[in-house]
Amino acid sequence: MTAPMPVIIGVTLAILLGLATFLTWFERRLLGLWQDRYGPNRVGPGGILQAVADGIKILFKQDWIPPFADRGVFVLAPAIGMMTVLLSFGVVPVTAFWSIAGTLNVGLLFVLAMMGMGVYGVVLAGWASNSKYALLGSMRAAAQMISYEVFMGLSVLGVVMQAGSFTMRDIVLAQSGLWFVVPQALGCAVFTLAGIAETHRLPFDLPEGENELGAGFHTEYSGMKFGMFFLAEYAGVVLVSALLVTLYLGGWEGPLLPPALWFALKTSALVCLFVLLRAALPRPRYDQLMALGWKILLPLSLLNIAATGAILLLHAPG
Amino acid sequence: MIVATPPRPADLRAPATMFAQVAHTPAILAIEATRDAVPTVWIARQDAHAALARLKQPEAALRMLLDLTVIDERERTHRGDQPPSAFTLVYHLLSFADDGDELRVKVPLPADRPHAPTISDLWPNANWYECEAWDLFGIVFDGHPFLRRLLTPPTWTGHPLRKDHYARATEMPPYSLTEDQEKREQEALRFDPGQWGMHRHSANTDFMFLNLGPNHPSVHGVFRIVLQLEGERIVDAVPDIGFHHRGAEKMGERQSWHSYIPYTDRVDYLGGVMNNFPYVMAVETLAGIQPPPRAQMIRVMLAELFRIASHLVFYGTMSQDVGQLSPVFYMFTDRERVFEIIEAICGFRMHPAFFRIGGVAMDLPTGWDGLVRTFLDYLPKRLDEYEKMVMRNGIFRARTKGVGAYTVREAIEWGVTGPGLRACGLEWDYRRRAPYACYDQLEFDIPTAANGDCYDRVVVHIAEIRQSLRIVRQCVDNMPAGPIKADHPLTTPPPRTRTMHDIETLIHHFLNVSWGPVIPPGEARGCVEATKGLNQYHLVSDGGTMSYRTRIRTPSFPHLQMIPLISRGAMIADLIAIIGSIDFVMADVDR
Repeated sequence: MTAPMPVIIGVTLAILLGLATFLTWFERRLLGLWQDRYGPNRVGPGGILQAVADGIKILFKQDWIPPFADRGVFVLAPAIGMMTVLLSFGVVPVTAFWSIAGTLNVGLLFVLAMMGMGVYGVVLAGWASNSKYALLGSMRAAAQMISYEVFMGLSVLGVVMQAGSFTMRDIVLAQSGLWFVVPQALGCAVFTLAGIAETHRLPFDLPEGENELGAGFHTEYSGMKFGMFFLAEYAGVVLVSALLVTLYLGGWEGPLLPPALWFALKTSALVCLFVLLRAALPRPRYDQLMALGWKILLPLSLLNIAATGAILLLHAPG
Repeated sequence: MIVATPPRPADLRAPATMFAQVAHTPAILAIEATRDAVPTVWIARQDAHAALARLKQPEAALRMLLDLTVIDERERTHRGDQPPSAFTLVYHLLSFADDGDELRVKVPLPADRPHAPTISDLWPNANWYECEAWDLFGIVFDGHPFLRRLLTPPTWTGHPLRKDHYARATEMPPYSLTEDQEKREQEALRFDPGQWGMHRHSANTDFMFLNLGPNHPSVHGVFRIVLQLEGERIVDAVPDIGFHHRGAEKMGERQSWHSYIPYTDRVDYLGGVMNNFPYVMAVETLAGIQPPPRAQMIRVMLAELFRIASHLVFYGTMSQDVGQLSPVFYMFTDRERVFEIIEAICGFRMHPAFFRIGGVAMDLPTGWDGLVRTFLDYLPKRLDEYEKMVMRNGIFRARTKGVGAYTVREAIEWGVTGPGLRACGLEWDYRRRAPYACYDQLEFDIPTAANGDCYDRVVVHIAEIRQSLRIVRQCVDNMPAGPIKADHPLTTPPPRTRTMHDIETLIHHFLNVSWGPVIPPGEARGCVEATKGLNQYHLVSDGGTMSYRTRIRTPSFPHLQMIPLISRGAMIADLIAIIGSIDFVMADVDR
């Protein structure tokens, strides 16, 4: 029942972009609900077409590049941001049969590599903007994202050790008995925090830090180039949720319902959690964020690796 | 507070007050009897600095330079036996230790090239006040570190508060802005670090100069701070104000005593009628009006409701400034409930201009008490919830504790009043120190905190909301019956009950609503514990239908001047928390 590859890619891409667009509306409605207000509710049933209206507006805006910006890099940066997120989805298996490269034998490494690339999108945007606020934002982004990549990489090692594979599909299959969130609770916690930091969402949205830096690294961006950062952020939220599901929450596995639906349900629940975090928490200071990473998350993830390794060795056959 | 006849200065205060300290020194030119019982002495220019230095001397007395301003005397006719002066410098001192002892020091200056010694070496907050006096009156302060235009643009010509400066656009030819002019104006806004003695480089680093504002999400209005940065660490900061300057003091000289009331509402635009309060108190002191008890109680109740509304805005925006998205929505919803009550009573929400000379505009509507009681029962539960959501949040604490701290001594030196002063641990409230209106009949505590940092300032604000609720409840329970306006010929607009029965009251009514009241000559101030600190109106009447000089001392003005002191060495994110915790509005700074 495997469909031809171009169809799978096309369908995944369409769903993904649709989802990211839809999320811009969904998050605002959800925030509205939690903040005792309505949110966008005028365009279409329940306001759902707001995302379309915003899309039309943003597409028809003047494509403005500030005269002081570095043109080439300025245009390239949002594309990098968008591209790396989309490529990462390639290795995420929606079901055992529905994935673009779910069987890639370096799947997890590929994701980490793409996330590493993603930093360039943000850093180059701030650099090419040639504006002080953008520069401060991208400086923060560079430090924050590169640090949190370390913890992200270390936290998933426990999963790899237990599953014995970097292949995403095999990792899910290895969870058929017990989801990794139980034995790898520590790793899961670190991965979640690192994931928020990687997608620079509140409470870790320091590169944007609207109260401090206006709009941080994308201060100078407008129109669809800004829209791409925006969509990449939401696609990033979906990506981190999907990764959490794949690595720790048993992927598509679940009783009664079809596998694809299970995957979607789990992912959506995590997306809602991301929105809830944004509604609830203030933003730590830059140095506090770094201290949290290097002083707490790093030892925790190392401890996780050591403990996982020890337990695996103890139970090793022979 | 309100006196019918001018008191004799000699028996104003017990000995050892500031007045006693200077009254018998040879430096004294004259002792003036003002209408408001604040001891006032005249000192010659050459003796002023020494006298003020002596007055500041006793460290334990905690003496603050509450205000420094100027009166242009050149067109004033009723000066009594005051020494000759073209421009009079007015220093207003307030002591926090000796039961709130006050002293006004006046220094006469000539019309030609008026100048005086600076006192910014004595009180650091004199820096901005002297810049303001230079900007608006053209007084030169010898030895001032950097005398510059503070409120008007650097390209301005003339000194707007001088009597010979025009007040209205109609007194001027039509305005046009050519391209060259525009370039010049914009160029004048460019920040030059050299002017401020700042360097662009140090031995091992280049500094970044960052314009935070005038348009920035966290500066609460149009306010610019130029930051000297090393990475994200603040080396130095230069606050730049004046973008919101509307000439409220000048307008006071062109509006009748009565028609100026709505302008006051807009000074601290979150404070509503709280701004009417000191103004009408000053006018009533000049006119010798004693408002009836019901009017006093209504005033206090509305003022406290506005304190709650303003503090709620502070609470919400403060938590938003450190990145919390939701609380501000809850607090604005609660504020909406306050406005429902205000609207029902005053017919207006943010700027009701409800106070009148001699009373208030209308009596309370039927059912007002039920409305207020519902709110009094509603808010405490919400405040408990916010306590969990904001104050006990670990990130919020990490962002605000130990950030932007100052001591009581620093607060006094820099002119800090209100919650910012109480957060350092000084239990001092003007409502207790000089209970105006009916505050002497009301029970309330003065909340304080210990560390004077951002967190403590929020703690004090929240505690004040609860105290205000307590005061409002007492007002509802004990609202006296009776008239809402004083039976006095200068009450505006006068009560109309007898206007159709005798010619005398008819004439009074006619004149007071056509010309406006004629307030007897003299000087008086009204001072209240406003939402953000001490708000004082110092009025000079020359026996006309308009004020001769309206001086508005607002709390936010000195508070902003202190920002560099408490933000050096902090990060940009800390500065945002500091700005949020100071609780200012730019209209209150620039006037």
